Amino acid sequence: MSYGFDFSSVLPFWPDLLSGLYLTVVMTVFATVFGLVAGIAVATARRSRVKSVSLPAGIYVETLRNTPFIVQLFFLYFGLASIGIHLSAVVISIIAMVLNVGAYTGEIIRAGLDSIPAGQLEAAECLGLSSTKIFFYVSLIPAIENVYPALTSQFVLMMLMTSVTSQISTEELSGAAYNIQSTTFRAMEVYITIAVIYVLIAFALKLLFVGLGRLLFRRKRALRNLSRVRLAGTQAVAG
Amino acid sequence: MRFTYVHLLFILHGFAWTIGLSALSFALGGIGGLILMLLRTSRVASVRWVAAVFMQIIQGIPVLILLVLSYYGLGFAGLDVPPLVAAGIGMMLYASVYLADIWRGSMESIPKTQWEAAECLPLSRWQTIRLVVIPQAVRISLPSTVGFLVQILKSTSLASVVGFIELTRSGQLVNNSIIKPFLVFLLVGLLYFALCYPLSIYSQYLERRLHVGRRQTQ
Repeated sequence: MSYGFDFSSVLPFWPDLLSGLYLTVVMTVFATVFGLVAGIAVATARRSRVKSVSLPAGIYVETLRNTPFIVQLFFLYFGLASIGIHLSAVVISIIAMVLNVGAYTGEIIRAGLDSIPAGQLEAAECLGLSSTKIFFYVSLIPAIENVYPALTSQFVLMMLMTSVTSQISTEELSGAAYNIQSTTFRAMEVYITIAVIYVLIAFALKLLFVGLGRLLFRRKRALRNLSRVRLAGTQAVAG
Repeated sequence: MRFTYVHLLFILHGFAWTIGLSALSFALGGIGGLILMLLRTSRVASVRWVAAVFMQIIQGIPVLILLVLSYYGLGFAGLDVPPLVAAGIGMMLYASVYLADIWRGSMESIPKTQWEAAECLPLSRWQTIRLVVIPQAVRISLPSTVGFLVQILKSTSLASVVGFIELTRSGQLVNNSIIKPFLVFLLVGLLYFALCYPLSIYSQYLERRLHVGRRQTQ
């Protein structure tokens, strides 16, 4: 049996794809912003010296990181419905995404906070900066700067993860594709189309994060040159 | 309806298939990843470039869509394949591009002087890679590779979209018949956790052991 590709049958459905794309972008923006906030909170909690704060944060991170997103999604969606809480699939999807990505960004930001030398914090204290200022300008922002590449690639992965929410009938890009193929029976064409769209979004997102990084961390270039020198030094020693 | 022994058995059956599919994905992904990694570090610029573009494209497509595409793609190629093959090929694509990236990073972290010393000996390029670089790079790549194994395990949960009955799908089917979502998905989650958590811990242990030297110097 030979099969002829026919993308023209997908074309009339572009408004559906566009609204799917819109929802994917909206969910990604929500999950990025709130995921970052959740990540900062989780990282701070995990580093707390108070056991009753750090332990729950640790359990949260390990639980979310060691179970599949789709199971978390089903747990929330079907679970909440079974006890009479009916939220729309989109809302549940965004909540699940924030919870999930918060665990990952929490770990990344924690690594960033750990990488700040104690001397830097002590120096800030000696200068008489307030503790909130120390937290933001001396601890958190340089920490995020240090782990910026890992953090942004996590957000790109999270954008790809939005496709899973189609499994609870969220009509983002994958959900829209599913609906289109069930009316046109042109599954291959539809899924190739949205695969291309996903690749383009991922690429645009990466460019956006690189641009944002340049804008936010002006010191970065000077730092990178410094680390290159240092790296060359360690390589010479290792060799 | 009550959760019975039959339901538990059904879920455990799915659990076994999750392990099976993960093992298959890792084996196929490992082969694909090794080939891609070699292409990505080839001395021929055009080969390097093609491999890089291929990896960027696959990394920009959600696993769910990769699985669906491999399912329909094989169908349209005129092959009537069982879900295991469709899922295996989709997962292979996914695993190989990420493993290739991890392994390339490890290979590139081997000091240049090692390559130069091998050249002086004089080993061929293939001998250098096989006898000098890979044995050292394996040790460096181990924590990330084990860490990625957790990602593979979790991603197999999406194989349900091509009709493969693994742990998540079996949980879903049981829930559809007895409607006890908290109980069923808690159990399913626990089973995933039981597989993934030890691997995560092992990955962290390997990571710590790898950086023993660096920690002492700082």
